[in-house]
Amino acid sequence: MLSTIVQNSVYIVSAFLFIIGLKKLGSPVTARRGNQLSALGMLIAIVVTLLDQGIMDYQSIAIGIAIGTVIGVGGARIVAMTAMPEMVAILNGFGGASSLLLAWAVTITSYSMTFLQSFTIVLSLLIGGLTFTGSLIAWAKLSEKISSKPMQYRGQNIINGALLIAAVVLSVLFVLSSDMAINYGYALIGIALLLGVLSVMSIGGGDMPVVISLLNSYSGLAACAAGFVIQNMLLIVAGALVGASGLILTNIMCKAMNRSLKNVLFSGFGSVKTASSSEDEQGDISPITAQDAYYILESAQSVVFVPGYGMAVAQAQHAVKELGQILEANGADVNYAIHPVAGRMPGHMNVLLAEADVPYDQLKEMDDINPTMSTVDVCIVIGANDVVNPDANDKEDSPIYGMPIIDVYNAKTVFVLKRSMNPGFAGIQNPLFFKENTRMVFGDAKDTISSLVAEFKA
Amino acid sequence: MDAQVLLFLIFILMLAALLGFELIAKVPSTLHTPLMSGSNAISGITLLGAISVCGAGHSDLATNLGIAAVAFATTNVVGGYLVTHRMLDMFKKKEKD
Repeated sequence: MLSTIVQNSVYIVSAFLFIIGLKKLGSPVTARRGNQLSALGMLIAIVVTLLDQGIMDYQSIAIGIAIGTVIGVGGARIVAMTAMPEMVAILNGFGGASSLLLAWAVTITSYSMTFLQSFTIVLSLLIGGLTFTGSLIAWAKLSEKISSKPMQYRGQNIINGALLIAAVVLSVLFVLSSDMAINYGYALIGIALLLGVLSVMSIGGGDMPVVISLLNSYSGLAACAAGFVIQNMLLIVAGALVGASGLILTNIMCKAMNRSLKNVLFSGFGSVKTASSSEDEQGDISPITAQDAYYILESAQSVVFVPGYGMAVAQAQHAVKELGQILEANGADVNYAIHPVAGRMPGHMNVLLAEADVPYDQLKEMDDINPTMSTVDVCIVIGANDVVNPDANDKEDSPIYGMPIIDVYNAKTVFVLKRSMNPGFAGIQNPLFFKENTRMVFGDAKDTISSLVAEFKA
Repeated sequence: MDAQVLLFLIFILMLAALLGFELIAKVPSTLHTPLMSGSNAISGITLLGAISVCGAGHSDLATNLGIAAVAFATTNVVGGYLVTHRMLDMFKKKEKD
């Protein structure tokens, strides 16, 4: 049997593999290798933990691992690439749930706890619970099981505040008491679960990239807290790595929306938007058919696609790629402009276009494409709205003023593929639609693109 | 746990967190989704703790909590790595073109 020394030595190797794995995940060339190294680190850590001599009941462990493996493998196999945000959300939640249950089990099996130990248990229960239900709500919103609109109600901040105070009070009671601890623990779990639900319910679908990143960070912090509970260094190191990476992504997403994290979490976008709509001179929109669009595209020398969440909803990525190839064969220079918060999670559009086999070098980041926008003949906006709204650049009272956007309005012609004139998630009108160089192509994005492809082939 | 141990663990936490910030800060946006699901799989590391609690032969309640914790964490680990692998496979395909 292995001693603690051997076990900890293996944990050091695991930590090393996680770190190298994450480093390699940072470049397209080495990313696959990075993921494999990280998985190897996890595998050896699990094996050495299973060999621990303190383990007597292998049957229970086997049951748990079997259940988890079946669900994990099944889920990872069948999930559609367009459903990746919900997949990541629910996996985050499972990580949180595990930390919560772990801390709970430790609480009921410990005869006496020191002050510090109970303190770490409180953290683990709270963060784990919050991550669990928060992620479930995020999953439900992303998969449209419930409305993705922010749920706002009167006295929301008061209720959340009261819950927080209750959590603090219960935490103190939990830490101070020895005999009643578990009851306070149950109450804490309840509050953590409730807080997770309430805090994500009040956030709208368009803010999901921030929420998922933050929940990702929380799932790391939950693992970290669990690491303090059982004094396991590997849990702490791995949890901290994940927590840090989640925070960085959260920060990138917030910057891309020109909003503070506080604003995203607590102010539900809807509340600030009323100012704009009033006395705007909207002008007329110019709708055209796919056939007319084809004539314009046929002579275009450079075309830029700007995908948004609508492309994911319509599952249009393959059709888009096909059109891109046809345009290239037709002599046009084809690129894809990706806004950092397009879609529902960081890098969402990149994954979809990768699935459709769009070459890397055609994917351009916002800052690279904007300076060249005036030389673009046709810009095709597919299911994106707020990330191409010119109000963000020049209308100071607009709620999205200051958010960096893709300057599609500088292109010679802009096609906007859209189901209807309904405003986007933010509920604000988009003056882009009324510009002289904008043509609206109404209908399902996939159908529109497919009929364009058909026109080219005819 | 005494204060000495706690300080030691916090020390580790601090170093790991700073390392995490350094590692991730320059990842290109193309890889944000795989990075997220890959790091998400790592957060399933709670599985180690779950295994210890589950297999320690405690009371029924504790063991059942342990089984659930193991199941959740395993789903997190297995699903996270596999789905990341699937995504990265798509990025790979294009290199050959």
